[in-house]
Amino acid sequence: MTHLVSDVSTMATRSLRLVSRDVDAMITAVVLPVIILLMFVLVFGGAVDIGTDYINYVTPGVILLAAGFGAANTALAVESDMSSGMVDRLRSMPMTAWTVLSGHVVASLVKNLATTAIVFGVSMALGFRPEASVLEWLAAVGMILLFVGWITWLAALVGVLVRSPDAAGGFSFFVMFLPYVSSAFVPVDTLPSWLRGFAEHQPVTPVIETVRNLLSGGVAATADPTGVAMLAVGWCLGLGLLFAVAAGLAFRARH
Amino acid sequence: MTAIVTAEGLHKSFARRGSASPPVLDGLDLELEEGQVLALLGPNGAGKTTTVRILATLLRPDAGRATVAGFDVVRDARRVREVISLTGQQVAVDDKQSGAENLTMMGRLAHLPRRVVRDRVAELLTAFDLSDAAHRQVGTWSGGMRRRLDLAAGLLTRPRVMFLDEPTTGLDPRSRQALWDVVRDVVDEGTSVFLTTQYLEEADRLAQRVALVDGGRIVADGTPAQLKSQVGEAGVELTFATLSDVGRVAPALGVATVDGMRVRVPTDGSVGHVRAVLAVVEATGVAPEHWEVRVPSLDDVFLALTGHVGKESPARAAGVAA
Repeated sequence: MTHLVSDVSTMATRSLRLVSRDVDAMITAVVLPVIILLMFVLVFGGAVDIGTDYINYVTPGVILLAAGFGAANTALAVESDMSSGMVDRLRSMPMTAWTVLSGHVVASLVKNLATTAIVFGVSMALGFRPEASVLEWLAAVGMILLFVGWITWLAALVGVLVRSPDAAGGFSFFVMFLPYVSSAFVPVDTLPSWLRGFAEHQPVTPVIETVRNLLSGGVAATADPTGVAMLAVGWCLGLGLLFAVAAGLAFRARH
Repeated sequence: MTAIVTAEGLHKSFARRGSASPPVLDGLDLELEEGQVLALLGPNGAGKTTTVRILATLLRPDAGRATVAGFDVVRDARRVREVISLTGQQVAVDDKQSGAENLTMMGRLAHLPRRVVRDRVAELLTAFDLSDAAHRQVGTWSGGMRRRLDLAAGLLTRPRVMFLDEPTTGLDPRSRQALWDVVRDVVDEGTSVFLTTQYLEEADRLAQRVALVDGGRIVADGTPAQLKSQVGEAGVELTFATLSDVGRVAPALGVATVDGMRVRVPTDGSVGHVRAVLAVVEATGVAPEHWEVRVPSLDDVFLALTGHVGKESPARAAGVAA
């Protein structure tokens, strides 16, 4: 057990180091979310009328979109480890080799925490005025991290299963699509009914709603904020557990 | 002497149901004596890497049994992992970490105490002549340096058995030489080495024992000298235009063997001996059409021992047109 903790922390340190030295990944992680935020606020913002400042509405969505991009890089990093000799070397050592996956996930959480802070910062400079207590802030960030957690475990699973960097890169398409068909950028009741069914019942929507509720200073936008929050946490923990176990099993089965 | 690695009757097939591809390993037996180097020599596809992966606990055999340091590689895989290190065909270090960072990470993962890791990393960087580049990212290093770092990463724990899967493939001659020196040092410190290679020369330089693998089984096994004596030595081969030319030159060369227009004289390959042979030929006043020094290659070994030519093994003949 003590070894497990130290192995994960060693592997997470490694992943963070690799990410921080990868210029492309750094640009994706930092610049892209900011550009997306600017685009939504400055380009689309004027045209979208939802009865409140669009920036207040859209900021949580941009953060989750950024989390998706961050997770997509995890798929690439895992694929690279699987196809290089690294995993073979780790598997021939007296350690639990799948901690290489946990390391990537922990690194993704840390990285996304930084991205989240940057997006919040830029957003506030543009006029985002959240009203939240410290506790509500912590809860909102916790919610975001839970979301990052499950989507990164999914990315890790994809990284273990695919056989080429191109295929791993394809995962970013999926994570880009998911937040768009949710209440992240537009209220779901503006969607056609067949799409609305999906949007209302996919995990991104309750997570977005929960973050919005927490940051809106008690003026909940949804009827049952506690219920929505429970649903969001349930989705994230359930999917996180599912994909973590699946990634671990797939890791063992491969080779 | 005791065997530190044993394999008996290893079978492995990657055939999917319904396909008729032959097994990769088909009853492979071998033994590595403690403190020695065993070279598993064979062409691509002979089963070398599969053997290493089974012995290093990465792959289960379909049948047969293998032990490392007395531990079964399937049932006691964890114990085996505590005494081995694996350096695979691909270099397993991170390009975006420095040499020191790569080694420190491996030391931490081997659960060595921090202080031990620090000392051992410094020691290995010096021993492998990597100290100057230690804090540069490995992506900027040469192939030979990366290979040495890769070996060093496997030595942090002072393993009892080191598995090296084609360690010098793709290296230039100088880096190859440097790597051989490193392997000899490792053996001097008491580590037994299990090496796979496509190069007869490499097996010759490093190993006390060579096992020739073909089609998933050992087809010959012995010291390098024994193996080479089955193949024949290096020779100066001269080809003449007419049989009467051959008739005039061959008697002058004494120990020569004649095969049609071709005359072959055994040689140790030294400049002095080759020059002496050529001087005798020149003195007869007959000019050969072509001559070359032929060293036994993996192809020759295969031809001699299996009756067919190993695929993808480079022939090594230094040819000179006369």
